[in-house]
Amino acid sequence: MSTPMVNAESVHKRFGRQEVLKGITLSVAPGEVMCLLGPSGSGKSTFLRCINHLEKIQAGRLFVDGELVGYRQVGEKLHELHEREVTHKRAEIGMVFQHFNLFPHMTALGNVTCAPMCVKKIGREQARERGAELLGRVGLADKLDAYPAQLSGGQQQRVAIARALAMEPKLMLFDEPTSALDPELVGEVLAVMKQLAGAGMTMIVVTHEIGFAREVADTVVFMDGGVVVESGPPADVLGNPRNERTRAFLSKVL
Amino acid sequence: MSSSEATSGSGPPEEIRAVPVRRPGRWIAAAIVVVVAAALIRSVVTNPRFEWSVVGNYLFDQRILEGLVVTIELTVIAMAIGVVLGVLLAVMRVSSNPLVSRASWLYIWFFRGTPVLVQLLFWYNIAALYPKLGLGIPFGPAFVHPDVNTLITAFRAAVLGLGLNEGAYMAEIVRAGMISVDEGQAHAAQSLGMTRVQTMRRIVLPQAMRVIIPPTGNETISMLKTTSLASVIAVTELLYSAEQIFAVNYKTIPLLITASVWYIVCTSILYVGQHHLERYFGRGATREVR
Repeated sequence: MSTPMVNAESVHKRFGRQEVLKGITLSVAPGEVMCLLGPSGSGKSTFLRCINHLEKIQAGRLFVDGELVGYRQVGEKLHELHEREVTHKRAEIGMVFQHFNLFPHMTALGNVTCAPMCVKKIGREQARERGAELLGRVGLADKLDAYPAQLSGGQQQRVAIARALAMEPKLMLFDEPTSALDPELVGEVLAVMKQLAGAGMTMIVVTHEIGFAREVADTVVFMDGGVVVESGPPADVLGNPRNERTRAFLSKVL
Repeated sequence: MSSSEATSGSGPPEEIRAVPVRRPGRWIAAAIVVVVAAALIRSVVTNPRFEWSVVGNYLFDQRILEGLVVTIELTVIAMAIGVVLGVLLAVMRVSSNPLVSRASWLYIWFFRGTPVLVQLLFWYNIAALYPKLGLGIPFGPAFVHPDVNTLITAFRAAVLGLGLNEGAYMAEIVRAGMISVDEGQAHAAQSLGMTRVQTMRRIVLPQAMRVIIPPTGNETISMLKTTSLASVIAVTELLYSAEQIFAVNYKTIPLLITASVWYIVCTSILYVGQHHLERYFGRGATREVR
């Protein structure tokens, strides 16, 4: 069996005295699409943010592509990684946010070329060429010079996906990518994500789109109260949930 | 017959021509403004003590123009120090190192808490406190020993006083700008692998500029006028140059007007500059296509 892309072993996360993650254990294989479902406050988003070390974990172990997140193990001791090493690893993980978080002072193309140029030191011309190609792939070839404020929510989120892809990540994290969108714009973003999944990208998607999870996910994980309640293929978890809490949640969102 | 059919046959309806409501209050207010303005203009033009011909004679006087240059130099250098120091202090203020952020707080507290005029006098007399300055290893041997009395000229004292004071105000302006940028921007930048310095320089500060520019324009205009305080430590800026002339010929009022004309010309030019800067840094903030 190959190295899992993400491997979480009993991950704990506290904010002050409030425990948000109470021992998350799961594993995502390369090329797998995992959907995280669960009521708000169940720790799904926090878990995503732990994976690219935007949040520190307090206990357990978290590996991405076989390497410990945020630390280096020397014998029995963990050493914190230097900022340079952390940013280097983050650059290999793409993240898409609920509120897009596009850089409003840059055009769509500027958003997509910014990180490749200043993080990967790719030349301006090459970055622009690649950026234009990526924006074309998400269906925005005619919006290269538009500022985010001139784009619809769905278009902004597609720019955000292109921005993350521009770093050629080996793993993509989606944090409720369609929750802030008008209903009629959800489809265009999900279509791009479906296309990405079809191309073999490893993806972890926090979502409330049950339809998307059923169709695209290889594994569905239901979280509640900071623990994994149930996980498995979508047909099992969504079609025939064994746990009472999963059943209660699904009956509300379906 | 329904009402919609009734109107559709006869083309667009006639435009409304109603008799407007009488507003006598407006007329009275306008009349008062006109009368007061006329009285002011009449007195300014007819009162011979304004001596407008003297104002005209001195407007392009060599000494006045030299004073104007010093005023502009003071403004530019003090603001440059203020902006650089302000960014530094603001970044220090949000530092996670408590000692660094306290130091910034203390600086701002001190320089905002004392009058800038007192600070100017203080720097001018700094030689009384530190007659000798040593540049070298702290607590170790010094390499150069400049004499403070010759090092701190009136002009340099003014630059120090105005610039260091301005730094405290700019720090608060820059910090307000940084706070105004949504946290998600930093998260997005970090998730793309940018370092904290890159995030600050390329993402947070450019957006903060939109909030920082207008008050900075105010500060620059204010600084241009505050430089006149340097006249008390005998810096030959615009006001001091005018003072030196009327000390000799007693044409006090016309020379104060001469100086004021130049102050107003300079602040008006700054208005225009501020407008263009605001447009530049406001890009992407609106939906309109430029």
